[in-house]
Amino acid sequence: MDFAAIIGNLDLYLQGLWVTVQLVALALVIGLALAVPLALAASARRVWVNFLPHAFIYCFRGTPLLVQIYLIYYGLGQFAAVRESFLWPVLSEAYWCALISFALNTAAYTGEIIRGAMAQTPAGEIEAARACGMSPAMTYRRVILPSAFRRALPAYGNEVIFMLHGSALAGIITIVDLFGAARIVNSRHFVPFESYITAGFFYLCMTFLIVWAFKFIERHWHAHLKPLRG
Amino acid sequence: MHKLIITAFTAVLLAGGAAQAKEWTKIRIGVEGAYPPFSSMTEDGELQGFDIDIAHALCAQINAECTLVPQDWDGIIPALLARKYDAIIASMSITEERKKKVNFTNKYYQTPARFARRKGSGIEVSAADLKGRKVGVQRATIHDGFLTEVFGDEVEVVRYGSQDEAYLDAVSGRLDLLMADSVALMDGFLNTEQGGDWEFVGPPYTDVKYFGEGAGIAVRKRDNDLREQLNAAIDAIRANGVYRQINEKYFDFDIYGN
Repeated sequence: MDFAAIIGNLDLYLQGLWVTVQLVALALVIGLALAVPLALAASARRVWVNFLPHAFIYCFRGTPLLVQIYLIYYGLGQFAAVRESFLWPVLSEAYWCALISFALNTAAYTGEIIRGAMAQTPAGEIEAARACGMSPAMTYRRVILPSAFRRALPAYGNEVIFMLHGSALAGIITIVDLFGAARIVNSRHFVPFESYITAGFFYLCMTFLIVWAFKFIERHWHAHLKPLRG
Repeated sequence: MHKLIITAFTAVLLAGGAAQAKEWTKIRIGVEGAYPPFSSMTEDGELQGFDIDIAHALCAQINAECTLVPQDWDGIIPALLARKYDAIIASMSITEERKKKVNFTNKYYQTPARFARRKGSGIEVSAADLKGRKVGVQRATIHDGFLTEVFGDEVEVVRYGSQDEAYLDAVSGRLDLLMADSVALMDGFLNTEQGGDWEFVGPPYTDVKYFGEGAGIAVRKRDNDLREQLNAAIDAIRANGVYRQINEKYFDFDIYGN
């Protein structure tokens, strides 16, 4: 075991860690912002409203994230029309390609999580809201969405962890994220075990923080479900 | 009793080690397969190229049965150490950093490194002009080491897993320059349809400090017998004209260098 190479490259790991945190955080924020309207549209009763969201969710859940990244990074760059378009300054950067594919991917999964949670709303609650004279919009805002978010929380926690782990794919399209840093260290010093176990350790730490954060939110949001203390 | 067991065990191990020191008749060789014209895949998935032909010629010379194992460049030394194969014939330059992990035969060829640019881009290899340029290079190569050490402060180094991926991004316009082996660049890119828009720029680089003594065959440190067999085989095919035949099949100049 030779951890001298790791210690000598700690700054590279920390830079990589920062890129990973940035990518995942931005992707999650954008993904969640897209997911809510996506879930609302997908649970609409009319086919012409729910068809596109369903197709989007199906495509992004139905293909590996790796394929999506390759399609966006290498695939789109193949077409001259794309290379000459106004989008190229964005699409030519590996960072933005990764962010776009991560955000769309997590939007699809999160959208489906929220849609499922909304579908589970007890019919009685909706009927009660209607009986109180709430408009459909108000019913969504006050009854369906708040309880759907609560139900979705554990599944969303999983999705956040999956996104963190999926972000290692950024290292494949030249981005020096945490995994990319590990690959560089490995390739310079030929110490695969030490390089990758160090990256694994950082991922474990981040997962720990995420799990802890979700426990914290659950304690607050689900406080009403706990038995009363005597 | 314990001592006896340990002694017996050691004896068995030593005997095993001694048995290894015989002639090698079966050799598994790690190759890359994404580095034309030295090593690439044909459309039907067959390996081809200068490295591949040299591997077959050396095996024929040693009278050994050879299996070629394609392996991504990143993991090519770890896989040797993990005994996935016994030797690496993959245009690997003999460098100090690599010598810490593996042993090398004598070189079997040597070519300089060069930059390439898009025709008409007018980029020159000077500190001022390189500032902020994106330069594509294959990760963990001597060219990566050279670029990072010498130009790392000026340029943005973009590292790829294989040379082919760097060419893809050069064509799509994500890179300002490429840094690679001059022959690999020439035959693998500049002389192809996709690389027709690109040309060499700047001088050829051969500094031993970064580029080593040429490309050699890597073996595990304990397999010195294999290294010696391969060295003898390299000398033999150099002498009997087989090397020259392979050389002429791929290049119109002497690739062995000085």
